[in-house]
Amino acid sequence: MLVGVKLFATLRRYAPEGNELGEVFEVELPENSVIGDLIEYLNIRSGEVKVSFVNGRARSVHYLLKEGDEVGFFPPVGGG
Amino acid sequence: MWILRLNMTDRSYKFEDVPESYAMLGGRGLTSTIIYDEVDPTCHPLGPNNKLVFAPGIVTGAASPTSARLSVGGKSPLTGGIKESNAGTSFAPAMAKMRLKAVIVEGKPEQSGEYWTVMISWEGDKPKVEFMPADEYTGKDLYEVFPQIYERFGKKIHVCGVGTAGEFGYANSGIAFNDMKKRPTRYSGRGGLGAVMGSKGLKFLLLNAEGAPGVEYADQEAFKVAAKKLQVALNEHAITKPKGGLNSYGTAVLVNILNEAGGFPTRNFRTGRFEGAAKIAGEAIFETNKKRTGKEVYNHACSPGCVIQCSNTLYSESGDEIVSCIEYESAWALGADCGIDDLDAIGELVRLCNAYGLDTIETGVSIGVAMDSGMIPFGDVKGAINLVHEMGKGTPMGRLLGGGTGMVGKALGNPRIPAVKGQGMPAYEPRAVKGIGVTYATSTMGADHTAGYTIAPEMLSVGGTSDPLASDVAKADLSRAFQMTTAFLDSTGHCLFIAFAILDIPSGFEGMVEEVNAMLGVELTNDSAVALGGEILKRERAFNEAAGLTKVDDRLPEFMKYEPLPPHNVVSDLPDEVFDKVYGEM
Repeated sequence: MLVGVKLFATLRRYAPEGNELGEVFEVELPENSVIGDLIEYLNIRSGEVKVSFVNGRARSVHYLLKEGDEVGFFPPVGGG
Repeated sequence: MWILRLNMTDRSYKFEDVPESYAMLGGRGLTSTIIYDEVDPTCHPLGPNNKLVFAPGIVTGAASPTSARLSVGGKSPLTGGIKESNAGTSFAPAMAKMRLKAVIVEGKPEQSGEYWTVMISWEGDKPKVEFMPADEYTGKDLYEVFPQIYERFGKKIHVCGVGTAGEFGYANSGIAFNDMKKRPTRYSGRGGLGAVMGSKGLKFLLLNAEGAPGVEYADQEAFKVAAKKLQVALNEHAITKPKGGLNSYGTAVLVNILNEAGGFPTRNFRTGRFEGAAKIAGEAIFETNKKRTGKEVYNHACSPGCVIQCSNTLYSESGDEIVSCIEYESAWALGADCGIDDLDAIGELVRLCNAYGLDTIETGVSIGVAMDSGMIPFGDVKGAINLVHEMGKGTPMGRLLGGGTGMVGKALGNPRIPAVKGQGMPAYEPRAVKGIGVTYATSTMGADHTAGYTIAPEMLSVGGTSDPLASDVAKADLSRAFQMTTAFLDSTGHCLFIAFAILDIPSGFEGMVEEVNAMLGVELTNDSAVALGGEILKRERAFNEAAGLTKVDDRLPEFMKYEPLPPHNVVSDLPDEVFDKVYGEM
């Protein structure tokens, strides 16, 4: 199945070349993959992802993905 | 230590000993207590009976990281209630080192239009006070005037002043303080305190701390141990550490995460996502600077002794400085909320706000309401720049816009007024982030994100997690806990951003409390420190009640109940009892 991915802040370095900030890139994953599988597929070091969104909702690493989901990953960020 | 009173009616002054009852107070706790004790809550904010109080925090000026905050308090011309607005600036530790626990500005000149500079310097064994006419500095750009002040009074001074917005008495005017490069860019921005200072004919308050003795510790050794605990936490946490999130991308690193969550207010709070978000985010500022200067530019400190260093600078194509600093709130208010996705234009708008002495949040939100009412289209960069010039120059239109979000909505007949107690909302959509909505509604300050920053658990997974979209009664408890802790933190003189580290690292929180103990010779526990924060809030609320604010003022705007917010299509649906529970169970 295909899912869309967006990477932000220090996670930008895991994005494919030419991918712009805020732009979605597609990833092909086996059926029944969870967020944790996607993080592993992208070779993101463990612990670097602090918050994961699926279609605008924060979800845990165990969340089951489905075709067409849009996933956003953030490292620890703060501000105000 | 002293409390210094400046009487602007006859330009006299008086040093007083600090009363016993104020010994444990500093920063917000002290400004709010003095306002509560001395100001008639029914007075006009710009009349002779309001007072303006300056107070550094309890540990400000001591050897402690990220602690150079200065609180300014008064009755707000924007909300009609009590106001405390704090800034990070070298002015704060300078004041503490001169052993000035507070400066209280009273009265006003009988002749309106008279402006004065007050210089406080150290002479012999105590501060010396001089009043000088300041009329020559009025009506001008603060970027032009600050260098003249340094030229005249010397490079070692610390500067606080108001721009034309304060002179005109705008409810959206702030008080400007110098940053580390002597620019007029650090603001006690919210609530119109610039107008209170302007109404008193006080154009500049200057400090020269040369020769001052420095702060006094009850137990300096214990203080060192406590400050070290806090320092370790700040250096360890991913958000606050050097080259961490804040140091690399600044506060505008939040743009994308709020946008992703559908909680990024766009075009006067019509939607929760902005298609141009990525262009105005902290990452975009970092990449733009890298492209334009040929190197990675990390952020700088707004004030001495800060280890977080989150203040950015935006550079132009030619490598010149456009402005410092573009905060998250400013990028949003003058960007997404106005439908503007041009980073250079936002930089110019921030620069103009600094030049005229305007609060970037209130100014942006007011322009957003004007755009939503058809005065100019959303996304109209030239139109927005022109409106800021109108404010700064005091045209009839500018004077109306300077009245703030509520005034603009009323004048233009628009029910979509994103404000609480008249104060424009900051950059988090309360329909999509329920806890911050409770803070906006119930804070003694009007809509203020810093008053109880539930964004930490609701968005950032800091200090636990809380589902932002859950319309849950527990949001009252969450907001209350944050508001109480913040009232204490705002009294210590630390920047609110230490919260990211100390909410996750318990020894950092202990360090903060133990610093206060070592400074004052008291024995607060974590719990009693938070309870002290609660006492401060109750005093602020009592002032507001006496000023005429009721629980009906502790509500979100009505339009948020009937206009669903995309992309989650959520409305404001917390029952009134949730808002009332915040103070009801404090």
